[in-house]
Amino acid sequence: MTFALFVVQLFNGVQFGMMLFLMAVGVTLVFGIMRVINLAHGSLFMVGGYFLVESYQDTGSYWLAVPLALAGVIAVAAVLEILVLRPLYDRGHLDQVLATFGLTLFFNEAVVVIWGRVPLDLNVPSFLNGHVAIFSGVNYPVYRLAITAVAMVCGGLLYFVIAHTRLGALIRAGSDKREIVAALGVNIGLLYTAVFALGAALAGLAGMMTGPLLSVESGMGDPILILTLVVIVIGGAGSVRGALVGALLVGVLDTFSRVMLPRLFGLSAGTALVGMADYVLMAGVLVYSRTGLFAAHRG
Amino acid sequence: MPRLNRRALLYLALLLMALAVPLYGNVYYTRFATQIAIYGMAALSVDLLLGYVGLITFGQAAFVGVGAYVTGMLTVAGIDDALIVWPAAMLVAVAFALVIGALSLRTEGFQFIMVTLAFAQMVYYIAQSLRSYGGDNGFTLGGRDALAGMSLANHTVFYYVVLALLVAVMAIAFRVVGSEFGMVIRGRRDNERRLAAIGFPPFAYKYAAFLIAAAIAGLSGALMANHSSFVSPAILSWQVSGQLLAMVILGSPGTLIGPVFGAAIYLVFQQVLSDYTDHWMIFFGPLLVARVLFIKEGVWGLLLRACGAHEVPAPGAVAPDRGAAE
Amino acid sequence: MSPPMLATERLHKSFGALKVTDDVSLSVEAGEVHALIGPNGAGKTTLIGQITGEIMPDSGRVRFAGRDITALATAERARLGLARSFQITSIFPSFTAEGNVALAVQATERHSFRFWRPAASMARLHDPARQLLRELGLAARADTIAAGMAHGEHRQLEIAMALATAPRLLLLDEPMAGLGNEESQAMLALLARLKGQYSILLIEHDMDVVFSLADRISVLVNGRIIASGGAETIRNDPQVRIAYLGEDDEFGEAHAQG
Repeated sequence: MTFALFVVQLFNGVQFGMMLFLMAVGVTLVFGIMRVINLAHGSLFMVGGYFLVESYQDTGSYWLAVPLALAGVIAVAAVLEILVLRPLYDRGHLDQVLATFGLTLFFNEAVVVIWGRVPLDLNVPSFLNGHVAIFSGVNYPVYRLAITAVAMVCGGLLYFVIAHTRLGALIRAGSDKREIVAALGVNIGLLYTAVFALGAALAGLAGMMTGPLLSVESGMGDPILILTLVVIVIGGAGSVRGALVGALLVGVLDTFSRVMLPRLFGLSAGTALVGMADYVLMAGVLVYSRTGLFAAHRG
Repeated sequence: MPRLNRRALLYLALLLMALAVPLYGNVYYTRFATQIAIYGMAALSVDLLLGYVGLITFGQAAFVGVGAYVTGMLTVAGIDDALIVWPAAMLVAVAFALVIGALSLRTEGFQFIMVTLAFAQMVYYIAQSLRSYGGDNGFTLGGRDALAGMSLANHTVFYYVVLALLVAVMAIAFRVVGSEFGMVIRGRRDNERRLAAIGFPPFAYKYAAFLIAAAIAGLSGALMANHSSFVSPAILSWQVSGQLLAMVILGSPGTLIGPVFGAAIYLVFQQVLSDYTDHWMIFFGPLLVARVLFIKEGVWGLLLRACGAHEVPAPGAVAPDRGAAE
Repeated sequence: MSPPMLATERLHKSFGALKVTDDVSLSVEAGEVHALIGPNGAGKTTLIGQITGEIMPDSGRVRFAGRDITALATAERARLGLARSFQITSIFPSFTAEGNVALAVQATERHSFRFWRPAASMARLHDPARQLLRELGLAARADTIAAGMAHGEHRQLEIAMALATAPRLLLLDEPMAGLGNEESQAMLALLARLKGQYSILLIEHDMDVVFSLADRISVLVNGRIIASGGAETIRNDPQVRIAYLGEDDEFGEAHAQG
């Protein structure tokens, strides 16, 4: 493997990992604080992509389209939280899993009803086109650098919010001591909606940013969701730090295995091993620790 | 009439109805009923874990799919004696469960759901990578297996074989959940901590139940492969695992026969609605959400109440139709 | 001289910076009732967890009839004869009362990998279960689904299940918790009957019960045993009185009545 290839794949791995991180944060926060398993998170990813396609078509400007699409995702999330998730807070895992699974089925079909089955094209914004030299002789797409940067900024902002703001303190407290937070007069319902909306916004953003790299189609969020869950198993349910570490591990491993394994083992065996790589990592972490690397809560 | 007798009558009526399906002479109904029975068996395996052990598995499709693939691979290789192929399918499914179970059962709750989902996805990707078996497109079997020399190509014959197997699996499952082993796993569902405190090591029993459920799922996979003479990775998708869970809850968890009703509801829904619109999922999704949020019982439970056959527990027995995990 | 039925040797447990179990060594001799008392937050739950196997100590040992069980899982300890009842009722809610006890009886078998015969028809499980329910006055409720039983009945069921495993030692975690007057008297009478038949480690807040039943009393405060001995010793121990000041002076009351 050449140095150039290595660097490119490493950057790709980190980029993919950061996208997974954006997804994982939403799921792990919602689980850690509200104790809810939300399998519909992949749908928020997908909806983000679709909304951006739509809003860009309508406005012609990414600077307008992205905030509009984000607002749309947050609106959808708020409705979801109030209608479906709220009744689930006190229910068992089975109810949560099935209800959010039902939502996923619904959303996957709803986008087909609205936009049809043909995958939509989302283009890279023109000002982010092209390549840039990150090392001598190594060119890398500007767009991928940009979205990695955006995700890192989001991560930084999130860290700031959680560690240094009142909302963050409530989030940290809320995950351990719901009753105390409620007793403090904080509107728990509003807190939960805010947490859910935050997670949804990150998921939608990840969908928007990934859209140009994949294609925007029904079910695009499903494989991402499953990898997100793998990230959370590895990182530990309820832990944001774990989500970051897990996401980077999975992102880099996944990317490298896709490139390396077919080269090492031939196309057929290699592809099979690629399919297994992330899960072997997950299995390994489970053997090491049943609750993941940074477990904040047990299931 | 005593409740227990009413229930027995209900079972009998259902059995007679099931036996009578081919008498309509419509192959389409017979094939549809076969599909219900096969999915019902797969959903039953999920209910064994969900309703009796208290484990929410989002990865049972893995074992169904393994059963289907093994069946398909053996059949196209020329081994088409069902008495060899179907047990082989079950054995390989159990082999997968030995590994997946050993890893997943170390986890609990949320973790367990995600881990079972993840491992099933892994099996899905492996199936997709099998180029000599069509990769993502799958492959056809060219014909059904033969049962002790008897051809199963006739849809009615195949239906009765499937039905017999379903009844047999159900009967065995009923015995198992009523046995001493069954009491332990039900105890685990109720209160794993107390189970350990009285002296039962929970892992060994969970593991055994997991393997049994995988064997049943593997058998249903073998039947599925035979039913359509076709196998593809789609049978391993997480949507299928979710559909099996949905079937259990629609039908009434913790009843073993409820899942068959759930399978019927799901497939009928799919069939009837897809005549009107391609987008029937847009109704099924909310239906599932509604069942979870608003409706307290599944169809089998409702049916029992309607017939006045809702059971009062026998001494020392466990309350039947008891809801599922957590 | 035979070893104590249960002995902890210098148990230590910390959660992060918080030391919850601090060099705890206590023992329960065969046939004695050893009561463990202490204010809330003293670390009783963690200590019980280390004895039953749910929590691993940072250091120290637990011995059962001389045998080192520190590395054994909860179920293995139970099979050796260490039975426990829970402070917060922990039963099998979907089973009947008889089913609960029958399952505990079943636990004494070498294994339960029997898949065919209906457990409900097994006399070897249900006869002893019914007998135990009778002894505890729950015979009339044998066929009631446990989830539908009253709190007091749950507390009795807790004990019944512990007894059903034919234990050598009973670890009773606040058996009187939440009981009304009549129920408390009945429970006290039951415990008095058990005294002498089993070695008992009794965790209780109710001082009447403690003083009337215990052969020895140990006082746990902030994770340490600050005093251990017979009733008089404990009553007169100044450290113990200080530890209990600030609580309802139940301690002082019991002293006054004692």
